[in-house]
Amino acid sequence: MSAAIAIRLPGLDRALRSEARPHYFTPGVWAVAAVAAIGGAVWCWRMLFGLGATTNLTNAYPWGIWIGIDVATGVALAAGGFTTAFLAHILHRERYHPLVRPALLTAMLGYTFVALGVMTDLGRFWAMWHVMLPTMWQPNSVLFEVAICVMTYLSVLYIEFLPVVCERFVGRVHLPGRLRLLDGPVDRVLRFAQATLGRFMTIFIVAGIMLSCMHQSSLGTLMVIAGGKLHAFWQTPFLPLLFLLSAFSVGFPMVIFESILAHRSFGLPGEGHVLSGLAKFIPFTLGTYLTVKIADLAARGVLTDIPDGGYYTAMLLLEVGVGVVIPIIIFATPGLRARTPWLFAGSAMVIAGVVLLRLNVFLFCYSPLDTRAVYRPAWTEIAVTAGFIAMTVLLYRAIVMILPVIEQLNAPHAAHRAAASPAPNRAHAGAGGVS
Amino acid sequence: MKALEADQALVSRAGTPGTPGSPETPAGPSRRDFVRLTATLAALTIGGQALASDHGKPGKLSPDRMAVLVDLTRCVGCRRCEWACADANGNPHGVIAECDDQSVFTARRNPGNGQFCVVNRSETVDAAGTPVHAKIQCMHCEHPPCVSACLVGAMRKDPTGPVTYDPSRCIGCRYCMVACPFERLSYEYDRRFTPRVRKCEMCRHLTAKGEVPACVGICPVEALQYGRREDLLRIAHERIARHPDTYTDRVYGETEGGGTSWLYLSARPFETLATLGFPALPDRSPAERTESIQHGIFKWGAAPMVLGALLATLNKVTAKGDGA
Repeated sequence: MSAAIAIRLPGLDRALRSEARPHYFTPGVWAVAAVAAIGGAVWCWRMLFGLGATTNLTNAYPWGIWIGIDVATGVALAAGGFTTAFLAHILHRERYHPLVRPALLTAMLGYTFVALGVMTDLGRFWAMWHVMLPTMWQPNSVLFEVAICVMTYLSVLYIEFLPVVCERFVGRVHLPGRLRLLDGPVDRVLRFAQATLGRFMTIFIVAGIMLSCMHQSSLGTLMVIAGGKLHAFWQTPFLPLLFLLSAFSVGFPMVIFESILAHRSFGLPGEGHVLSGLAKFIPFTLGTYLTVKIADLAARGVLTDIPDGGYYTAMLLLEVGVGVVIPIIIFATPGLRARTPWLFAGSAMVIAGVVLLRLNVFLFCYSPLDTRAVYRPAWTEIAVTAGFIAMTVLLYRAIVMILPVIEQLNAPHAAHRAAASPAPNRAHAGAGGVS
Repeated sequence: MKALEADQALVSRAGTPGTPGSPETPAGPSRRDFVRLTATLAALTIGGQALASDHGKPGKLSPDRMAVLVDLTRCVGCRRCEWACADANGNPHGVIAECDDQSVFTARRNPGNGQFCVVNRSETVDAAGTPVHAKIQCMHCEHPPCVSACLVGAMRKDPTGPVTYDPSRCIGCRYCMVACPFERLSYEYDRRFTPRVRKCEMCRHLTAKGEVPACVGICPVEALQYGRREDLLRIAHERIARHPDTYTDRVYGETEGGGTSWLYLSARPFETLATLGFPALPDRSPAERTESIQHGIFKWGAAPMVLGALLATLNKVTAKGDGA
């Protein structure tokens, strides 16, 4: 994205000045920016003074919210990227194309901050590159699989997003000052990228979906090695399948949730009927997840432990009740899913349920052998996590105001596209290439 | 799936807008290219997995691998082993007389950064009025979850017994600590840039010179014994057979978590000593489970390949429905 930063941003200028287009900074955005600024400062503190100075991690609790929220949950909530790509590009459901770019952008930013989150949590972050060195590889490690997949997928996401940058800047590259001399070469690079990527984009989309399935599931395998430290409700060899199915389930709700938020924030009419259409799929994915979850609990004979599981039962019921059962009812009811408030509430519940699943597995229902040990995240840990989320929001808002991501926000572009002659074979030409 | 079909009519009517800005790109080859490139991708996956499956087998252990047998009935809690351990590993320690300080027994202690082994005392006493003292440290598992978990190979199971740690490979993810079934790993959170995992390495710097581990060498009551794991197991079972009234009929570490290099004999059943450092563990290492899941899912890259082929087919089949 450095190329995009170096380029003058008439879109943003216009957005900042024009009355017709929304302003970047609203009181809410200033608040988010403040959270991001605090997070950034604390992040610098962590990088300079170490984990001991900024976290409440112990030998009994080696992983805290930076892994539980930033990484495990972050990856799950970025699932909108590959699920939407599957629907629109693999199954060619053209009506859902307007949702692809926002989902792709979320995934790209989400995974960027997952990578940053990992780096923040690594005691020897400067040795992170070891993961890329084949002589260091240890392929028995589930974390190795996750690391390689996430790195590769992050690259794939940047490639998938490149057409959006090309679309915005091809023929419109105006670099400031002396850099003006580079206008031509940069334009030619963008044109080349546009032409080349168009041909191979389907490969990247397929690869992106494969990589997503691989690491979304492995993220579940990750905690199987914790053995008895993870409570029996969650400790199962089917954890990878449950994590994968929960990622499938949270993809569309995340897209709906964001679309409603973004359109409201920019004062746009919203994509109600498209979102309702998308919501129809959710009971199927959630239902599959629920079936496997119950079958697994039953097969392992822990279903009967539910009545006297105390705290763990509460967490399980909250996770499944709020996150799965109620949303299935909401999204399976045509009268409810047609209405934006219900769409929003249902999606928020699915998201909360998946967040809770990840946190139950990584934190809430992980009990060290040393029963005296407690983990409460330090304020500095919370500040960094909140800062990363805030940065994601700020970048999302900036990028959708500069690049053609949200269709209704880019009326001139949309009109331009409508005027272009239809070329059906190009339908799958780019993850972001069609909207 | 019904919902998918319901949308079909809408989709075929909707048509497909082209990608603006690149009308000159030929549209035809993309699908053929796509099939070829999927094959390439699949081949790469297989290649990667071939590399991985070589490492997939558990490391070969020497039949002469060494171990330590701890007889809890002999341990008197003198804590000389703690002192010798600190001394041998360059950890801070006072004079040896400080070991007689009994006040440390009031709280349960875990191995830590400056102390790779600790002796704890049970709160309860047996019929004769004596408490149990137990020295705990890294158990040096036969199939160590920490080794299986480490993505850069910083944790290694030496064929001769010890589980070793190489800080020069470590990236500091602490997944080994999540994986450890005994919770015996310690992390230097307070080192800014170069924190290390700290653990007992069975004094491999001493055993390499033909000496015994420091704790074994100093033990005044011969509660600790260093030798071939096979021999120690035989000795342990003989001891149980000779004194069936003294010992509970079990050698802790023979099978726990897939077996460990530290073996324990006790008068009391180990079930009563869980909080003293003897958790009830299944006979198989948790690493066995994750490794079979991981290598099962990705065996020959079959699952990703099938998925890729499925996606390619779906892409092709549904594209025809566009009415192009």
